[in-house]
Amino acid sequence: MSAGARHLYVHLPFCAHRCGYCDFVTLVGRREGHGAYVDALLAELHFEQDVLADDVETLFLGGGTPTFTDPAELARLLAALPRAAEVTVEANPETVTPELAALLRTGGVTRVSLGVQSFRPELLAILERRAGPDVVRAAFYHLRDAGFDNISLDLVYGIPGQSAADLRHDLAEAIALGPEHLSCYELEAKPGTRFTHAHGDELARQADAMEGYFELVVETLVGAGYRWYETANFCRAGRRARHNLGYWHGEDYLGVGIGAVSTVGGRRWRNRASLGGYLGALAEGRLPPRDEEAVGPEVAHRERLMLGLRLDEPVPLAQVAGAVDGEALVRMERLGLAERRGGGLALTRRGRFLGGGVTAELMAESPAKSTI
Amino acid sequence: MSRLDPIRNFSIVAHIDHGKSTLADRILEVTQTLSRREMREQVLDSMELERERGITIKAQAVRVLWRGRQLNLIDTPGHVDFTYEVSRALQACEGALLVVDAAQGIEAQTLANAYLAIENDLEIVPVVNKIDLPQADPDAAAGEVAQLVGESPDRVLRISAKTGEGVEAVLDAIVERIPPPEGDPEAPPRALVFDSSYDQYRGVVAFVRMVDGRFTTRQPLRALAAGTLFEAEELGFFSPERSPTPTLEAGEVGYVVTGLKDVSRLRVGDTLTAQARPAAEPLPGYKDVKPTVFAGLFPTDSDEYPDLRDALEKLKLNDASLFYEPETSQALGFGFRCGFLGLLHMEIVRERLEREFDLDLLVTAPNVAYRVLTKANEELEVHNPSDMPREVELVEEPYIRATTIVPKDYVGSVMELSNERRGRFHHLEYLSEERVLLVFDLPLAEIVYDYYDQLKSRTRGYASFDYDVIGFEPGDLVRVDVLLAGDPVDALSLIVHRDGAYARGRALVDRLREEIPRQMFDVPIQAAIGSRIIARETIRARRKDVLAKCYGGDITRKRKLLERQKKGKKRMKQVGSVEVPQEAFLAVLNLDGERK
Repeated sequence: MSAGARHLYVHLPFCAHRCGYCDFVTLVGRREGHGAYVDALLAELHFEQDVLADDVETLFLGGGTPTFTDPAELARLLAALPRAAEVTVEANPETVTPELAALLRTGGVTRVSLGVQSFRPELLAILERRAGPDVVRAAFYHLRDAGFDNISLDLVYGIPGQSAADLRHDLAEAIALGPEHLSCYELEAKPGTRFTHAHGDELARQADAMEGYFELVVETLVGAGYRWYETANFCRAGRRARHNLGYWHGEDYLGVGIGAVSTVGGRRWRNRASLGGYLGALAEGRLPPRDEEAVGPEVAHRERLMLGLRLDEPVPLAQVAGAVDGEALVRMERLGLAERRGGGLALTRRGRFLGGGVTAELMAESPAKSTI
Repeated sequence: MSRLDPIRNFSIVAHIDHGKSTLADRILEVTQTLSRREMREQVLDSMELERERGITIKAQAVRVLWRGRQLNLIDTPGHVDFTYEVSRALQACEGALLVVDAAQGIEAQTLANAYLAIENDLEIVPVVNKIDLPQADPDAAAGEVAQLVGESPDRVLRISAKTGEGVEAVLDAIVERIPPPEGDPEAPPRALVFDSSYDQYRGVVAFVRMVDGRFTTRQPLRALAAGTLFEAEELGFFSPERSPTPTLEAGEVGYVVTGLKDVSRLRVGDTLTAQARPAAEPLPGYKDVKPTVFAGLFPTDSDEYPDLRDALEKLKLNDASLFYEPETSQALGFGFRCGFLGLLHMEIVRERLEREFDLDLLVTAPNVAYRVLTKANEELEVHNPSDMPREVELVEEPYIRATTIVPKDYVGSVMELSNERRGRFHHLEYLSEERVLLVFDLPLAEIVYDYYDQLKSRTRGYASFDYDVIGFEPGDLVRVDVLLAGDPVDALSLIVHRDGAYARGRALVDRLREEIPRQMFDVPIQAAIGSRIIARETIRARRKDVLAKCYGGDITRKRKLLERQKKGKKRMKQVGSVEVPQEAFLAVLNLDGERK
């Protein structure tokens, strides 16, 4: 990859509070340490400047709660990062003030992804989220006022106790704000989290009812004119998340910060999650501790299949050569779940609702068993 | 006094747990064949499985010396499925100890074995065991046994095999009451094969009772029924270790090392004679035992098919009554249709395959053998429901005569169960004021499903049960097929009586709906007799199966998740387009649990 990665991810792990269901790499508080962390990020980026393309297409600041980062440090970071056509920052509603919105705007941010989750206060309480619906709406308008014309809202469905009516309400509230983009995720209760411990029984009880929630989400948002362009993502025309498209298209990306993953030129590495180890190494001029794996052509093609089938556009067959189980493909086609069109492979509308299972079926056990 | 006078050949017959093995141990100890220190508990039960289940599967013979006499104890299998083996072991004896638990009294198996012994003209020495138990009622038990064998109650020995009390008297009674063997030491040799086992170094080892004449080491021998020729590589007896001797004489019990590599060439009940001076007539009673219960055995992982084949071959070396032939099921792939002497035999074979050969097996619902007359007037024997022609002139099924002994309060329950299972009342008899013997004739097919469990639960475990196959009778039987998404599933076909077909079809369909996970499409499940659908359910298609999110940080993990999911599917059986978990095939086995 002589050109290098054209997508850059920056991880900002700090949060005011760790939500019970969260399994991201996060650190609560530690405001005094934000400066040192930003220094380390920039040092790591400096180390990796060779793997980054000259023209970076997208930049994504994820967390954690990037907007919880000390404003001065956040401004310093934004100023030091390379320019890009799309610069996204994840934000929690309660952190979005007119000042912060302006800071982001000045810092070159083009897109904000707002973690709404729900508009029902009692459901937000279960998720341990601080922002109520009014705060969410205020944050949204602060961003609009600051000039942001590309805002995404994150919603979660399948919250313990959430009825279909609750979900309809959330979707209607979200649509009413008129965001350019929406991400809707089923709540994943990871085993071992505090959340699963507290709500596992209720989640198991409502598992059957929740089957229809995904359909409700898709029907409602598509009905409101959004494009269901990825399993969990919806957008207005021309507003796909370009950074995430890079992942789904199998393009190289560089990730910096604790726990961040990079995939460049057939090599994938993940920084360890320990803050001390990360800061220490970079302060001494060393690379942070990492785990590495090779992503050979065979694995790359399987991943391309897995990620590509999440999209509403076909994956070109040439990019998944050796990864598709031909027999399974015939079976899936017969069942009306997958189809070949335009020299590529895609899931049908019904196939997309069963995308995980269909993809598992389609994945060849080894290239030898693949027939296309 | 004849030359055979010093010899006594005897067996011990008893119901499970009435102390047969303990008495055998004590006999070895009292005769100083084995010291207490040397003795493992229950030496005669050599297989691990037997030890665990407290039953004896393979008969063996041990020689002990008592007051100048040679006593040969021939151990018999303790279960109904091995009636033929028991009868051959008994044929090798002149007498039998009939052991009854002083607290339990006579049980169904006691009766079955006592009748077998009486049929074989054995001198029966009745023994009441466990007189040391606090709840023992030796007088009642002795009364029952005395009545059964037509003896005076004073002639019933009262012992405790556990403490050793009375065991010497038992040995004396063996010498006094059981006659010495009769036989002509000078006639052409004849020996009854009453059991065999397979030794991986020495081949088939036959356990024999010399009836006439004598065998010498290296003598060329011949099995009369099978026509097999071989040389007696070694002769000997067990005491309880293998003790080689140069000859086996008329009246004696011992073993012959044959060097044969195939146990089926030397069947239990066959007669051995000398090639050079063959006997004109074989000993009576040889019978080619036929399996009565059949089931398909399939490896869970189809790659293990060759291992299963090898394992069955090895098991067959030690178990001539095991029958198997390759079977190909559309649903389950390659496996074997196996025939067993009964349900316990099936259970034992299955456990040995899983335990000793480390195989993961899927066993289909057992069925009996059917005799079929087709419309074209052809006679068939059907071992597999999916082989049953849909149009038949006549079907006959095996019937059993079932003996149940219960406390009198449970007579109604047993009657009710037997009626539900198409039983015909034969007779009822009071063994004592408290205990009743009930005899019913039933189709064997009706006890192949959970009859024992039902009997046990409805009599609170008090019933004892035994049966004999008495013949074939015509029945109004139909074949019920199961269709998944329109495709018939051969492994789930059943043959049932027409009256019960609807209920069985319904139960099967309901059960499958629970067992088969939802698929990516609707799956109709139907039960049908011929082209007539008698029950139907639908497993609704799944509506959602997606990985919630997938970004740069978790691609590796999500890929591995899908790869595992794909591997997991390999363990499912693909039936047409439907993925069926292996457990679903066992659903038919458990239907009756819900029938009541």
